[in-house]
Amino acid sequence: MGSSVATPPAPPAPASPPPPQGKDAVEGSATWRPADRIGLAICWALGLLFCAIAIAIVVYLFVQGIKFLKPSMLVTPASAGFSQGESGGFSDALFGTLIVATMGIALALPTGVGIAVWLVEYGRPTALARITESTIESIAGIPSIVLALFGTVIFSSTALGFLSRSSEGVVFGRSFFAASAMLSLVALPLIVASTREGLNSIPRHVREASYAVGKTKAATTRRILLPASRPQVATGAMLGLGRIIGDTAIIIVLLGATQNFAPVEGASFPLNYLRGAGTTLTNFVYEASPTGNLNQPEKAYAAAFVLLLMVLALNGAVDIVHRRARKVGTWSS
Amino acid sequence: MNEELPPEYGPRWSDQRIERMLGALVCAVVGLLLAMIVTVLVRAWPSFSHNGLAWFGPGGSVDDQLNAIFLSGQAGAEYIYTFHAWPLIWSTILITGGSILIALFSALFVAVFIVEFAPEWMSNILQPVVRFLASVPSVIYGLLGVLVLVPFIGNHLVSEEQKASVAGIISLSGYSLLAAITVLTVMIAPLMVSIFSDGLRSVKPGWLEGSLALGVNRWRTTWKIGVRTARPAIVAGTVLATARAIGEAVMLAMISGSVGFAPNPADGLIFIFEPSRPLAPTIVKNIDQLSSPPANATLFAIASVLLFSATLFSLTGWLARRSMRKYGAA
Repeated sequence: MGSSVATPPAPPAPASPPPPQGKDAVEGSATWRPADRIGLAICWALGLLFCAIAIAIVVYLFVQGIKFLKPSMLVTPASAGFSQGESGGFSDALFGTLIVATMGIALALPTGVGIAVWLVEYGRPTALARITESTIESIAGIPSIVLALFGTVIFSSTALGFLSRSSEGVVFGRSFFAASAMLSLVALPLIVASTREGLNSIPRHVREASYAVGKTKAATTRRILLPASRPQVATGAMLGLGRIIGDTAIIIVLLGATQNFAPVEGASFPLNYLRGAGTTLTNFVYEASPTGNLNQPEKAYAAAFVLLLMVLALNGAVDIVHRRARKVGTWSS
Repeated sequence: MNEELPPEYGPRWSDQRIERMLGALVCAVVGLLLAMIVTVLVRAWPSFSHNGLAWFGPGGSVDDQLNAIFLSGQAGAEYIYTFHAWPLIWSTILITGGSILIALFSALFVAVFIVEFAPEWMSNILQPVVRFLASVPSVIYGLLGVLVLVPFIGNHLVSEEQKASVAGIISLSGYSLLAAITVLTVMIAPLMVSIFSDGLRSVKPGWLEGSLALGVNRWRTTWKIGVRTARPAIVAGTVLATARAIGEAVMLAMISGSVGFAPNPADGLIFIFEPSRPLAPTIVKNIDQLSSPPANATLFAIASVLLFSATLFSLTGWLARRSMRKYGAA
């Protein structure tokens, strides 16, 4: 994507009549003072540094990951053992991440889309719309550790005891339900922002055309506006998913300190796991790092590698959606 | 038109009902946030009321205080609340402030580079790179910090004399302000870059062209017109990144050193090698103490400080971006 400013006028060439090509236009100018050139050099240096950091992270984790990751780790749960070879893998963490991601996004997506639709299409009374906007904005800024602490208060209340383990009236408060619910709040602002952007980019006359043939507002939203902003909704969902997968603080506080599933006895199949404590990849990496309780750096690298692959896949998916949406073209009003 | 009515004309999908349903959803989310603020403050109240303003001041060892608070709740004896959080607050200020300064400088240059000066292929590389750096989970940054950066600092940057000079007080093993600031900068700079470059892109081309037409070169035009016009975006990006940095818990819990110690810049350059522990990681590290009522109140007090400052920062950022929209920029 080119710079929007440079395209309309030819780059400010000093003398040459035809627009000079790319870099020459920048460097070939006689008006550049030494300080300006140093500034541009800093730009290049920092830009290259960013690239270098990203490449270093990816290459280093790939090397370490391929060195330490064994396929068996993906299917064996963690177990107690004296050496890193004996203590199993992290299958429970992997499944935990998948469960948390599914449940979190299943909660956040409808809520986020609903809020965005209300903000863009209804938004009355205006005061409530303002308040909602700033609420969503401040949720984005709330540290997830604070959300996690708040989660302990909600989910330890006796009324919500059915969502986690409880014994003798004391509610444990740590479960997949609790973690996913709080994680959905983390994803919510991204989904709302992205969906709003999509809805706002649809020109007014599209809505008017729909109203003119007698469609209600609700029907217009459902049949025309939401399908048209599908790429943005998908982008928001994937960004939110990335945030959910990557969050650690909420998992540490609300999912439990085990490295295995801890299903609740006396509940039927999916519920016993979802009500129980568990772990995710982020939690596993945290605990397996030298500062955690397990201290198994090799497996931490392996799990971090898997986590990075997920993040890269999500990034790639966002890119594809973007590119496809641009190719199809949006509304030209 | 169809003869039979499509379902959206029935009462199930009627307009008013949808509006009311969505309105209720919105109110629920707003209510949840209010409930959270109230809950956190109510839970935190005992800690604040026992300490008064001294809560924020220095005095004694924070780690000993946290321990005493926890044990008093376990024993069932009279609860102890005495807590002076200054070392934690100071560490938060140092780490957040340091990384914000570095990130602001570098993000500004990188954003200008991406928007104005980078050749097309370079900005095509840089944009995904920035997005990638922003989406790497913090625990991965923490892991790399612990296993790569911290040993490097401990083994190569800190000299033996420096280690010996503070041996009785703390150990300089590489878990340090320097490591924390470095990694935190890498985490928040991409966030700033993306907001800054959005702001720079939305500067009206006519303004830049006007400056260029007067014979000002592109570098100066960008900084004098582009960057100045995009100031609201720069404020917004900085402030949002600050909120993120203040709330960063897990990564800092891994590499900040986790000692309730306040590094003193007056000691000379050695202070950047000293360990500390900001507010947010303190919650993570002491999370298993929630069952003890006084410790619970203390942790919620820390959380309420975080909540207050983060909300303040993100609302400021929101207002700044709104004002940007008013200029017709966005």
